[in-house]
Amino acid sequence: MHPHLLSVDDLSREDIERILGRAESFAEVSGREIKKVPTLRGRTVINLFYEASTRTQSSFELAAKRLSADLITLKAAGSAVEKGESLKDTVQTLSAYDPAAIVIRSPHAGAAGLVARWTQAAVINAGDGKHEHPTQALLDLYTLKRRAGSLEGLSVWIVGDVLHSRVARSNILAFTRMGCRVTVCGPPTLIPRGIESLGCRVRHTLDELGSADVVYALRMQRERMTGSFVPSLREYAAQYQIDGRRLGPSQLLMHPGPVNRGVELSAEVIDSPQALIAEQVESGVVVRMAVLYELLAGRGAPSGVPADTETEPQPA
Amino acid sequence: MSASAAPMNGFGPRAAIELDCAAAPPATVLVRGARLLDPRAELDKLGDVLVRDGRIAELGESLKAPEGAEVVDAEGLHALPAFVDPHVHLRTPGREDEEDIDSGTRAAAAGGFCAILAQPNTEPVVDSAPVLRSLRERARAEARIPTGFLAAITVGQQGERLTEMAELAEVGAAGFTDDGLPVRSAGVMRQALQYQLLAGRVLALHEEDASLSGNGVMHEGEMSALLGVAGIPSVSESTMVARDCALALYEHGRIHVQHVSARETVDAIERAKAAGTQVTCEATPHHLLLTDEAVRTLDTNMKMNPPLRAEADRQALIEALRSGAIDCIATDHAPHAREEKEQPFELAPMGVTGLETAFAALHTGLVLPGVVELGLLVERMTAGGAPFGLAVPSLAPGSPANLCLVDLEAEWDVGDAGYESRSANCAFAGRRLTGRVRMTIADGAVAYRERSFALGAVA
Repeated sequence: MHPHLLSVDDLSREDIERILGRAESFAEVSGREIKKVPTLRGRTVINLFYEASTRTQSSFELAAKRLSADLITLKAAGSAVEKGESLKDTVQTLSAYDPAAIVIRSPHAGAAGLVARWTQAAVINAGDGKHEHPTQALLDLYTLKRRAGSLEGLSVWIVGDVLHSRVARSNILAFTRMGCRVTVCGPPTLIPRGIESLGCRVRHTLDELGSADVVYALRMQRERMTGSFVPSLREYAAQYQIDGRRLGPSQLLMHPGPVNRGVELSAEVIDSPQALIAEQVESGVVVRMAVLYELLAGRGAPSGVPADTETEPQPA
Repeated sequence: MSASAAPMNGFGPRAAIELDCAAAPPATVLVRGARLLDPRAELDKLGDVLVRDGRIAELGESLKAPEGAEVVDAEGLHALPAFVDPHVHLRTPGREDEEDIDSGTRAAAAGGFCAILAQPNTEPVVDSAPVLRSLRERARAEARIPTGFLAAITVGQQGERLTEMAELAEVGAAGFTDDGLPVRSAGVMRQALQYQLLAGRVLALHEEDASLSGNGVMHEGEMSALLGVAGIPSVSESTMVARDCALALYEHGRIHVQHVSARETVDAIERAKAAGTQVTCEATPHHLLLTDEAVRTLDTNMKMNPPLRAEADRQALIEALRSGAIDCIATDHAPHAREEKEQPFELAPMGVTGLETAFAALHTGLVLPGVVELGLLVERMTAGGAPFGLAVPSLAPGSPANLCLVDLEAEWDVGDAGYESRSANCAFAGRRLTGRVRMTIADGAVAYRERSFALGAVA
């Protein structure tokens, strides 16, 4: 396993299975009244968020706290970043606190990779531009595996704005690595040229959606309308919205959130038992606990604190 | 009207382009025992070269050193006509922290260049006679090798109003370009070509359709799809080249296409040349040697415009370099401050330095594997001034003394010993190259001598 989690590409199938298994055992802890384990006691985790985020940020915070780490969350607004400090200077400043991990969300591809060059801490990519969002992919695998049992051979359709989606990129890599067959589907203007090289096939209509076991809808950002990628949300919804008519009764539905009701998904499917959307959010915490554990528990503890030799998490 | 019947514009009444250089005493140098290679002069033999009074005075064997001559033992070295780079960003005026005339021309001399043409996209833009005059004055104080300056085609490179091209030509503009930006409007481009009848000089063109490039920062292809980084499609360049070639043919204008990067562009230029268009073009070492695969790590030293493209594009460029469809090599040496390049890829500025590595990189990447003959590389690296009407350096006796001595076996790691340039954003940083320039003589004066290069005794 790499010292950082920058891309799904860094993970072997065995790495992913180990992380999902670890998340499973943390889920057991989460079911208890006291949801904390001492694994990262005395170690510092820094959340560095250059982009607004609700789910990712809060679940990383909760994950770090449940592992007993000391946590700092910095947002671009109100920090030195707003005063023009470069990413490098910010990271070097924060590194002076000797963090065990830096979790970074940035609007720019490769930002997490850069941070990894400038710090001793383990770096976790919490979304870098339109590049990748590996912990989202892991929590999606975890959620799907819990519901479907096995991932091997599943047909997954990723539908929507693939061009601007880091979730799509990480999930294409993650689903294919676990043995799924991935199809991406969306308007030709929103499917990047060359995406097949990631191991998926491309469709521009939902005609064959019936062959999917899992439909993964992407968020359609309203601001994309200005670039005339699609003529109107109305036309987009008519062509690509997943609704009760298009989603078969045996198909599962996923979405990274937040959902635009009435655009990429109709209200009826969001609230249907086939939808895993709420479970995806729930999985966020335990999967991110597992990622922090993977990257940090194997490393030396800070001086003065005995190294945690437990291999399995124990309730505090 | 056929192209051959076209008026000879581009070099009209103001034919002589003057380059500027700090005064340097003409050297008397006897180069002994070098392999003399100059395909244009049909020269490829061991021998001595005597440089005196600014000229190649004599070629021969066992030449006698004149009194006071510096004798250089060049055994094992090649003596080549020095190179000419038509595409350099000296960042002066405005960003002297990144490069100035002194450091930029020192970098050029260290790369074996005896002349360069500087681009006008400075702060302020070189779009008026006073700016150009002051630059030329500065070059006469600082430039280590003869340096020419291109002026902008449009005021402020805004693409709207033509500069006072006639006056700029009179004041010494070596050509016109809005490099860094395309001339978006076909109508303005056409007017510039028409105005060429009066102003003369070549129009050097950065070809890109901004509406196709969008917010792209790398080649559009599989790698950009993988990285989630917005792409610049090849057709952004090739469609603009096709447009401007059509306009140039129609107006009997003369254009030079800068930094060709795409296979489709090569096709467009070949077609235009076959149709009789007066068009020349250049390619950079990085486009000839690297592809978008090098962008995988989002190294900002792999970010430039036009972007590194696919392997098929690179192969097309190499083939065109061989055939002559690509006339010359240009570095597009574009220095950037370290803090500007130490940013996420999408934020970092476009451009890489390349003067000091051009020959060595191409020698390592194309000549050593047998893809391109050394002689052909020398021809293309010396031809950069020709599209602008500058003489091509030659080792033929009587020619102005422009030559470099290179050690084709010396290996070095780029950046290990720093750079002569003020900036370090070299596309080949960290690579081991084979081939090193030991000495450069530009316009009869010693412009560069590698520190470790032992000097012979003065006779």
